[in-house]
Amino acid sequence: MADLIKVGMADYKVGRSPSTLISYGLGSCIGVSLYDPQSKIGGLLHIMLPDSTQARASDNPAKFADTGVPLMLNDVLALGASKSRLVAKIAGGAQMFAFANATDIMRVGNRNAEAVKQILRRHGIRVIAEDTGGNYGRTVQIDLQTGIYKVKTIDRGEKEI
Amino acid sequence: MTDEFNLTPIQLDALREIGNVGAGNSATALSQIINKRIDMNVPKVALVPIESVPDLVGGADTIVVGVFLRVYGKAPGNILFLLPQKSAFYLVDTLMGREHGTTKSLDFMDESALMEIGNILSGAYLNAFFNFTHISMLPSIPALAMDMAGAILNIILVQLGQMGDQAMVIETEFLAEDDGINGHFFLVPDPGSLGTLIKAVGVE
Repeated sequence: MADLIKVGMADYKVGRSPSTLISYGLGSCIGVSLYDPQSKIGGLLHIMLPDSTQARASDNPAKFADTGVPLMLNDVLALGASKSRLVAKIAGGAQMFAFANATDIMRVGNRNAEAVKQILRRHGIRVIAEDTGGNYGRTVQIDLQTGIYKVKTIDRGEKEI
Repeated sequence: MTDEFNLTPIQLDALREIGNVGAGNSATALSQIINKRIDMNVPKVALVPIESVPDLVGGADTIVVGVFLRVYGKAPGNILFLLPQKSAFYLVDTLMGREHGTTKSLDFMDESALMEIGNILSGAYLNAFFNFTHISMLPSIPALAMDMAGAILNIILVQLGQMGDQAMVIETEFLAEDDGINGHFFLVPDPGSLGTLIKAVGVE
């Protein structure tokens, strides 16, 4: 039986085949997965906010897109993944409550998705699949044996990207 | 300024007492609407790591109905009324005068009824706060979502997450006499609001 490794909010985990990394109940948060299909090494990061410029020194870097992605990238490379083979898949970034006059903070899902893509681009990592936006929660998991990224929802079923 | 994450036992007691009266008001209001006795526990006033807040309601992937209201005024914050899906359906059946077990999903009218409940509970709750603190706080129009608890809690955690890794949560659990309904009422002051509240009740 392959390992199922849970990734909490503002957290990340890395691993290798045959483990599966899973993160439950993402709303505006984003689940960012990295995967090297040859070495079958990868990681999953659950970020809450786009950037850490307002953060305090004591803050957990895995909470932010701009600090969390490099952190996970380093660990994935340390396990033996090759940077040139790494591909990313991302999911989440919903706006859970519809407000007529939504403030910036309520649209944080969009900004999270943009920030994640930008930081991945800056590190030269391709985003090969994406399931972001909407107004519903997602549970995501990456199977490190196959690289399949599964996105589960309550009313919209389950898909593999 | 009061360090929000370093409250004295007296300050915590004061917040708990306000929460208690607020929740008492809300419970009475709910009880009158559905014509059942509502019990509530002594509110928890606790500083919790942000990532563990979903565990308070059964885990990040538990299906819940959430009614969210933004609180405006001198001590802004957020209110979230969370009901496990089963409780929400039961409450809707009660409100609509249907036999229990009828509701299997929420239509527009059901959602509207639940939002109205959120509205009434918040109004009752904030009234108690006003009586103690003389800080007037106004709730926004409610919004509703039915989804995974983790996803719904995102909306309040994200705002807190900008400021730190911990959340000050004033939380009360409601329970109807026939066990059909239980719910969690969260008041989450914005960073900075807690100091204002504590100052207002004179336990600085």
